[in-house]
Amino acid sequence: MAKENLLYSKDHEWVRREGGFVVVGVTDYAQHELGDVVFVDLPAAGKALKKGDPAANIESVKAVSDVYSPVTGKVTEANARLSDNPELVNQDPLGDGWIFKASVEQASELDELMDFPKYEEYLKGIAGE
Amino acid sequence: MKKTRINEAHYILKGKMVEFCGWDLPVQYSGLNLEHMAVRTTGGIFDVSHMGEIWFRGREALRAVNHIVSNDAAKLVPGRIQYAGLLTDHGCFVDDLLVYMIKENEYLLVVNAANIEKDFQWMKKHTARFDVQVENRSEEYSQIAVQGPVAEKLVQEFTDIDLKPMGYYHFAQGRVQGADAIVSRTGYTGEDGFEIYFRADAAAASKLFLDLADRGEKYDALPAGLGARDTLRLEAKMALYGNDIDDAHTVLEADLGWILKLKKAEPFIGQEALARQKEAGIARKLVGFELVDKGIARHGYPITVEGKPFGAVTSGTFAPFLKKPIGMAYLPADHSAVGSEFQVAIRDKTVTARVVETPFYKRSK
Repeated sequence: MAKENLLYSKDHEWVRREGGFVVVGVTDYAQHELGDVVFVDLPAAGKALKKGDPAANIESVKAVSDVYSPVTGKVTEANARLSDNPELVNQDPLGDGWIFKASVEQASELDELMDFPKYEEYLKGIAGE
Repeated sequence: MKKTRINEAHYILKGKMVEFCGWDLPVQYSGLNLEHMAVRTTGGIFDVSHMGEIWFRGREALRAVNHIVSNDAAKLVPGRIQYAGLLTDHGCFVDDLLVYMIKENEYLLVVNAANIEKDFQWMKKHTARFDVQVENRSEEYSQIAVQGPVAEKLVQEFTDIDLKPMGYYHFAQGRVQGADAIVSRTGYTGEDGFEIYFRADAAAASKLFLDLADRGEKYDALPAGLGARDTLRLEAKMALYGNDIDDAHTVLEADLGWILKLKKAEPFIGQEALARQKEAGIARKLVGFELVDKGIARHGYPITVEGKPFGAVTSGTFAPFLKKPIGMAYLPADHSAVGSEFQVAIRDKTVTARVVETPFYKRSK
């Protein structure tokens, strides 16, 4: 997926809109910060999500990190391939390494996310800190 | 934040710096997994200058050391090292340490960074009646650990000490790149390797670290950080003070009976309590476990045994070399046999863990 067509959260999740649904993953910056991913704790389909709440957990050797839901809605599918191949998060974070799909209750929440140029600016700000 | 004399080298090598026990140290350079695998297969170079060095000197140095440690320092000869516990009256850990016999009436005790001041005060207080001088010289010494199969070849390029004949837990004094040094065949990784204690200014100390890293490239050795140090020691089931051993668990409960010499000549702190516990038997024991279910059980995650809460995971990680989740925990002694199962709460899930043989990893000689 072209990174230019995705939306981004401040917690380094990316979001792809697919009609009334979204696909959520973590950015290349996030996977790099995490280091080698060894386990992804996936949400069950049907799990209710609130924007900003932890939806999944990514475990690297050194730490566990939350994946926050960028929307309020319900999990419709988790990426089952990650159960046996968690390294996909490192190898293809914007593609095969996607984490979950969810329904969107309030489309306006998506307006609060950054587009790619804004996210790039945001990353520059972090690097400059 | 305190800086080791090697600090500049970490920035040159682009280490990812974190605060550890008040020190500015690298958690990793090229990546935790790469560094962990390098130590298991080639070599790793660590700055461990934050460790403490306390000297015992005087006519009764041996008696003083033996009064405060669990192992029997009378068995040492110059050039040999023992692992031991510094114990409370209850037989629990003030710290764990290495005892180096430098020569008659002179010993070096190497202690954990977080405990230097506590240990030093404890040692002075409990050896006051002996003819001994206890001196904290931690500030004077830098320390580099070179660990892994290539360690001997790599370190040999920097020292006039003949390393080949040096046995495990032996040491020698000599020069390392011009600096006065003690080089011991010891480590905290489960691999062959050396620990180099030396006195040099920051420029020379950083240069030695950089030169080791540079020369190490020939052997595919890497500079390695605190992250790999922790996963390496855990695979080898080496205890970490503050996690697996502390002032609430005894030497026997920590399954370290081999460093306890109840019959040694000098009476020592903790002896009576441990003699009683040995007689009565222990109620809990430190074990190694693997997860049966998926997940990673980390330090502090709650444990239940047959439905009842029983403490928490003391150390846990995903083992980079063994490629599976492992950990350590205290379990009821009657539920600590290999194969016993118990539960760990990982966030909102409960997963099953199983006691396994340890060490998890043992190098082939």
